[in-house]
This record gives sequence, structure tokens and C-alpha cells, in this order.
Amino acid sequence: MSDTVIIADKLTKKFGDFIATNQISFEVYKGEIFGFLGANGAGKTTAMRMLCGLSVPSAGKATIAGFDIYKQTEQIKRKIGYMSQKFSLYEDLTVLENIRFFGGIYGLGYKELKDKSEQLIEKLGMHNQTKKLVAELPLGWKQKLAFSVAVLHDPAIVFLDEPTGGVDPVTRRQFWELIYEAANRGVTVFVTTHYMDEAEYCNRISIMVDGKIEALDTPVNLKKAFNAASIDDVFYQLARGAKRIE
Amino acid sequence: MKQFMVFVRKEFYHVLRDRKTLLILFGMPVMQILIFGFALTNEVKNSRIVIMDEAKDPASQQLVARIASSKYFEIERTITGQRQIDEAFKAGKIKMALILPAGFNEALLHEHTAQVQVIADASDPNIATTLTNYIHSIVQDFQSELNETITAPYRIVPETRMLYNPQQKSVYSMVPGVMALILMLVCVMMTAISIVREKETGTMEILLVSPFKPFLVILSKAVPYLLLSFINIITILIMSVWLLELPVNGSIPLLLAVSILYIITCLSLGIFISIKTETQQAAMTISLMGMLLPTIMFSGFMFPIENMPLPLQVISNIVPAKWFNIIIKAVMIKGMGLMAIWKEVLILAGMTLFFLLAGLKSFKIRLA
Amino acid sequence: MFSVTVNDITKVYGKEKLVAVDRVSFSVNKGELFGLIGPDGAGKTSIFRMLTTLLLPDSGSATVNGYDIVKDYRLIRNTVGYMPGKFSLYQDLTVEENLHFFATVFGTGIQENYQLIKDIYVQIEPFKNRRAGKLSGGMKQKLALCCALIHKPTVLFLDEPTTGVDPVSRKEFWEMLKRLKAQGISIVVSTPYMDEADLCDRIALIQAGKILSVETPENIKAGYGDTLFAVKSANMYRLLETLKNYDKALSSYAFGEYAHVSLNDNKIHAGDIKQFLAGRNIQEAEVIPAAVTIEDCFIKFLKN
Repeated sequence: MSDTVIIADKLTKKFGDFIATNQISFEVYKGEIFGFLGANGAGKTTAMRMLCGLSVPSAGKATIAGFDIYKQTEQIKRKIGYMSQKFSLYEDLTVLENIRFFGGIYGLGYKELKDKSEQLIEKLGMHNQTKKLVAELPLGWKQKLAFSVAVLHDPAIVFLDEPTGGVDPVTRRQFWELIYEAANRGVTVFVTTHYMDEAEYCNRISIMVDGKIEALDTPVNLKKAFNAASIDDVFYQLARGAKRIE
Repeated sequence: MKQFMVFVRKEFYHVLRDRKTLLILFGMPVMQILIFGFALTNEVKNSRIVIMDEAKDPASQQLVARIASSKYFEIERTITGQRQIDEAFKAGKIKMALILPAGFNEALLHEHTAQVQVIADASDPNIATTLTNYIHSIVQDFQSELNETITAPYRIVPETRMLYNPQQKSVYSMVPGVMALILMLVCVMMTAISIVREKETGTMEILLVSPFKPFLVILSKAVPYLLLSFINIITILIMSVWLLELPVNGSIPLLLAVSILYIITCLSLGIFISIKTETQQAAMTISLMGMLLPTIMFSGFMFPIENMPLPLQVISNIVPAKWFNIIIKAVMIKGMGLMAIWKEVLILAGMTLFFLLAGLKSFKIRLA
Repeated sequence: MFSVTVNDITKVYGKEKLVAVDRVSFSVNKGELFGLIGPDGAGKTSIFRMLTTLLLPDSGSATVNGYDIVKDYRLIRNTVGYMPGKFSLYQDLTVEENLHFFATVFGTGIQENYQLIKDIYVQIEPFKNRRAGKLSGGMKQKLALCCALIHKPTVLFLDEPTTGVDPVSRKEFWEMLKRLKAQGISIVVSTPYMDEADLCDRIALIQAGKILSVETPENIKAGYGDTLFAVKSANMYRLLETLKNYDKALSSYAFGEYAHVSLNDNKIHAGDIKQFLAGRNIQEAEVIPAAVTIEDCFIKFLKN
């Protein structure tokens, strides 16, 4: 855990009087799977947007893969991958067309793109589906493909916004195997999820409540600290207090 | 009944809380009328005119001097031949030509009547009309000034010829057309979206799984727009009369009654579209593309239907706006009564019934 | 007396003849909290829509409160409460206006059945003048539940009420369902979250339009049959990769901070697994017997 890939220092975002994220500070290391948890409206999405360079912070500092999130958003965008449950792939393009399109966006050369798409299809075992429209794929396949496309350009960090909603437990685990494998290659994985058992798959997790990070540690340590049987319990203890402010 | 009232109230909330809807509903008609009103009342200054003075006598020179000093005209040059006039028009250099025939003074003095010929480029009918009106009033002024000093009155008769657009559609005929268009847009589009929106947001699912009757859904969707469109009609009429000085020659109750009929036709068409489509986008596209274009093309207010090829004339018959346009021109401008328009009224009523029944028939009590 | 009976219903969509629901049968007892547990695309929503008379089955039959879902759809619509999967209230109406609207549509008022929704409504009452679109996810769900309950339905259909809702609100939501059940309302609820299955009286596990099992959660777990171990080591990825090569295991997969290993040989003990891992250079692995969960059962059903 030598390299620090994400450094956030008192990162704050205000919308008028409303403080969406309130001085959050944390570090994420190379090859780490970092779980970013929080109740609905706790400020996760806002924080994630700032880290991806999509939204300018109101105050605080942060660097992503060594680049400043105020000035070097273009460089950051080259270094990160992004996948969300809501949108990731074009439903009306085929599997191969999607791979080529996203590879093209990140400026992969013809030869490189060809090799990479072959590798990717090989790894996912989708030989028979390359000409299929994404819309025709089962949800689980879509998610796996979306993740693979998000890491196609070998980003330093991949941001996953609730990537595994609604799939069966087996497919969900296959998806996590892809995540483990990417992390093992040295890709940092920054993931938000509502599945608390998935939170336990992470190396470290942070729990946001009302715009602040209230807890940050390994799942085991958090359970110990809160004297809880599961991360679900830890989350419940922390987030229950938030209801009054909502 | 209580259920129905609650539903109607809910629809009002939807309309009144959505700025975009409100803007379309009330902003658009006002804008349209203002634009047309502005176009109609806009003064045309310094228009280029050529004058062919074949008389070259005192009277004709006085008249030319008057025109030259008017702020409305700028004399391009004086010319001598008919051919030069044609060339000037074709080159687009001038908007108007005035011909003073030989012996202008003589005719005035001896016959007490003289003629001038006014030729206007009517490819832009609004400007042409305005300019001829200016010329007329200049001639009028000149004439009454002459008459002050002389006992027997002189008369100068301007003979006006419109080039390129001989029928020279009256600007007044635009307003009924615009009314038909606005009501069509507002009523069809708004209602078309309103039912589909409930399908998209999923609220239709809950409504279906309730004892509420389908026809009540339809009815309660239509009521708010009927009321709002009625307010719209009144606004348009008031603005037309005050701003555009448009005469209402016929019976106002009859005018309002036929307008309500037309609104209902449009509403039922909107509901029909709404029931047939699945997304707001589709409903919007159909009502815009399917309604706006044919209404402009075939209602007869922009392009004369009589001049169209037969197939297009036949198609124009299924456009409700065409019939409304005929009705409202008859009532508002020609001042005719119900006897003159009963046929058109029946046609509109028939269309309404058709859309309503077709809509009710296709209203699904289930999702698929 | 059954609140809901489903006999062999099938639903096929479109020209491609996509079978969304494939000869599904189950029944729900009066006053029961019944769960349909399965991933997206399993056919849960189609089943709900058929039972709420929104869709016609292609074959088979079903009754709600004894009424046929095809013939007696009007009677069913009067007596059931339905909360669709997507938040389906009027976003531009306030909390109170929504409730009032749905009460009236169902021919009743807020006062008549206030007792039923009181517990839930007091939590959102401070925001009664707020537009529904401006509520947080948890509060939206509560409002939607109030609206579905306001006419005192005898059967309540809740299609994925907790999807996308944070764990705190989910927990509270299930507490509310328990209290409603105590008032004698039969509840059919669907969820993709396996951990919520334990909160139901009986559940149907469903996948790709087919029912895998209909039982009480306890019986489903009791019927698991295989031996289950939980294994933990420092590097999860390496552990999982190594366990894949353990040929005595039926299956192995990540499960929270542990990996679960299932075996159908009860002679194998924790020590054997430890030894295997030690042989593959994973020292000091923690291996303990694991309690079977619904998720383990579901995974086993899927693998077969």
C-alpha cells in the first residue's frame, strides 16, 4: 500500500446554504477496493462527482492519481474509469461497437483496441454475443461488460456507482471477481453500494452521514469498534441519527 | 362525483405548478398575437417608389412633391416607360409605382375626376397594404386641400393593382387562422402529454388498480384544459380587438360557442393521441408534427386551399382547423349567423365524437 | 382461506415469445407476509401485475380474495393495495395532496382509515406540505405505502419497495410491514435483497420466471443439505482463486468478509480445508462452520 492514488483534504461542496459534502478527508491507496457508503442523500454522489472532475468543489483540496481536481481535470479523466448502474453502455449498439466506441474515446490505437477487445471478449466468454445489441443482454452480462469497458484503457482508478443492483447472487459474485481481479492488477476500485455484504468485500470502507465521513476503516475494525455483528449494524448505528436532520 | 372533482383539482395542480406548461398555455398565445399585431401595425418608412408622371402638369407635380416630402416614401426616380417599372419591380428595387396619366390636371379641372394608378409589390401583402393605404391618404389629403378653394369638388380615384399576389389575402384573415393554430397546439399537445405522463411516471398503474372509471380519467383530464383554453380564447379576442383593431361583426355568444366546440374537438384529439402513445416524447412528436404542419398547410390561413392540387384539397378536409377557420371568418369578419355555418359545425362535432369514441375504445383497462 | 392463489400462470411477451413467468404456482394465506425473492428479470413484476389485474396471463389462473383475476378484475381493484416498483406518486403534489387524492380515488377519506397509516404517516407528517418529488428515498417509500393503504386493502402488493433505499430506511420499512401484518392484512412483497427473505413468513425463490422453492425461510435453510464452511484469509482474491481448485468443494464463493465453501461430504472438517490452503501457500486461514443463509440456498438452486 505504498502509493496513494486519491487524497481528499477537507473537500467541501455547497449548493447555496446546503452543504452537500462537509470537509471530507481521506486517502485511497493503489490497488485498494474502497467502499464509499452512505444513506440516500448523504452526499456520496456529490463527492464522487468532484473526484471525477465533473464538479468543482467549493473548498478543500484533492488529487486524483497525482492530478489536482481544480486544474487538471482533463488529465484526471484520462486516468479514471467510470461505471454506474443507470448508464454505462449504449443499448442500441452491439457489444463490439460499444467496446470500440469507449476505447476510441480514450484514444486507444487501432491495433491496441483490437487486441484489447479480443482479450476482453475472451475473458468474459462472450464470443457468441459480440454482434448482439447490448439491450438484448441479461442485466448481469451488461454489468460485467460495462465494468470491463470502464477499465479498458487501464485507468489508475475506477469509480463504480452502485454497480450491482438487482442481479442474482451468483452473477453478483462473478461481477465481484472481476473487481478483485482488477484490484489485483493494481487498479484502485472506488465503489458505492447499498448491499452491506458487498461492503464487507472491500478493503476499507467509509460511511457518510449528512455530508460528513463518520467512519473509515477496514470492515473488521469497524465491526469491532461499533461492537456490531455486521456492517449493516454499523451502518444502522451511524445513519439512524441522520434521520432527524433530513 | 367527489372523486371526479378531486381528480380535476389534481389536474389543475399539475398545470399551475409547471412553469413550462403555463408558459405554453398562456405565453404562446399572447406572443403569437403580439407578433402578428406587431407585424400588422408596424409602420413602413422610406419605401422606395418610382413615379411615372405622364402629365407633368401643375396638379401632378404638386402631388409628386407631396409624396416626396412624406416620411413614408423615398422617390427612387421618375421614369417614363412602363417597361422600366417592370424592370424596377423585378430587380426588387422598389415596393411601389405610381402612374399619373397624361392630362391629369385637365381631367381634374374639366371632369372633376382624375385617375392615378398605384402598383404595389404584394409578394409581402402586409407591406403592400400598408403602403397603398399611405398613398391613398396622401391622395386624399391633396384632394381635400384642392377642394377647399374650389366650389365644385374634385375627385381623384387611385386605381390599385397588386402584383404577384392578386387575391392579396386580408391581414384580418390571419387572426382566425392564428386562433385555430394556437388552440390546436395548446389543446392537443397539453392533453396528449397529460395522460401519457401518468403512464410514464407509473401513476397510471395505481389508477388502474383502483375503482376509478376510465372515462372519468379522460373527462377529468379534459376539463382543466377546456377551462384554460376558454380563458385563452377570451384573451386572444380581447387582444385582437384592442391591439389589432379587428372587428367582431357577428354574434359574440355564437363566436364563443363555436370556439368551445373547436376546443373540445382539439381536446378529444389530444386525448386520443395520449391513449395511443406510450411516451411523452412520442405524444409530443405526433401532436407537433402531425398537427402543427397540417394545420398551417391545410387550414387555409397561410395558403389558399382553392389553389392546391385536388389530392391536397381532399386531405385538407380532415384538418379540423380548416373548418374552424371557415366558421370563425364567417362569424367574426362577415358577421354571419349559425345558418351560414351549420354544416361546418356539424363536421367539427362529428370529428369530436369520432375521436372521443375511438379514444374511449382504445383506453386500456390493463397495461398490455 | 387463501388470500391469493396462483395456479400455473404463464406470461409471454412480444414476438420473441419471451417467457417472463413460466407456470408459476403458489398461494398466500390470510394474514401472511409472503415474499417473492429473486433478481431483476426473474418475473416478479409480471406476477404482481397479473395479480393486480394489470396484465392478463397467457395461461393458468389466479385468484385474489377468492376473485378471479381476469373475470372479476373490478372487484379485485376495489380491495387490494398496490405499490409499483417505480415510485409512482405525483411528484408535483405535496405529501398531503397525494394522500388525499388517492384516498378520494378509492372512495374514502384520510380520516376513515387514519388508524391504519398513523404509525407511518406521523414520520412524514412534518413534511406534509413538501412536494413528493423533493422527499428522500425512504420518505417516498413511506408515503407510497400510506397511499397504498389508505383505503384499507385486505391484500397489499408491494413490488420491490426497498430497492435503492438505504439500509436504515429498509429496516424501518420492514418493521412497518410487520405491524401491518399484525392488523390482519395479507402482504405480498418482492425484493432482490436475499437478507430480507428471513423477515417473511414464507418465501418463493424465483429465477428466470420459474419458482425454485416455496417454503418458510427456516425450512428452505434446513433443506440445504450440504455442509457449509466460512473461510477467511488476508487476501480474498487469492483465497477465492485457490478455493476454485479445491476439488472436494461443491462450490466456493465470497460471502461478506468470508468465503463460503460447500461440501456434500460430512467427513471433511475445518482442518482439512486449512490443510489444503496451507498446501497452497495460504497460511493461518480461519475456517469455521457457517450458518446457512437464504443466499446460500439461492446460489445452490442456481448452480443446479
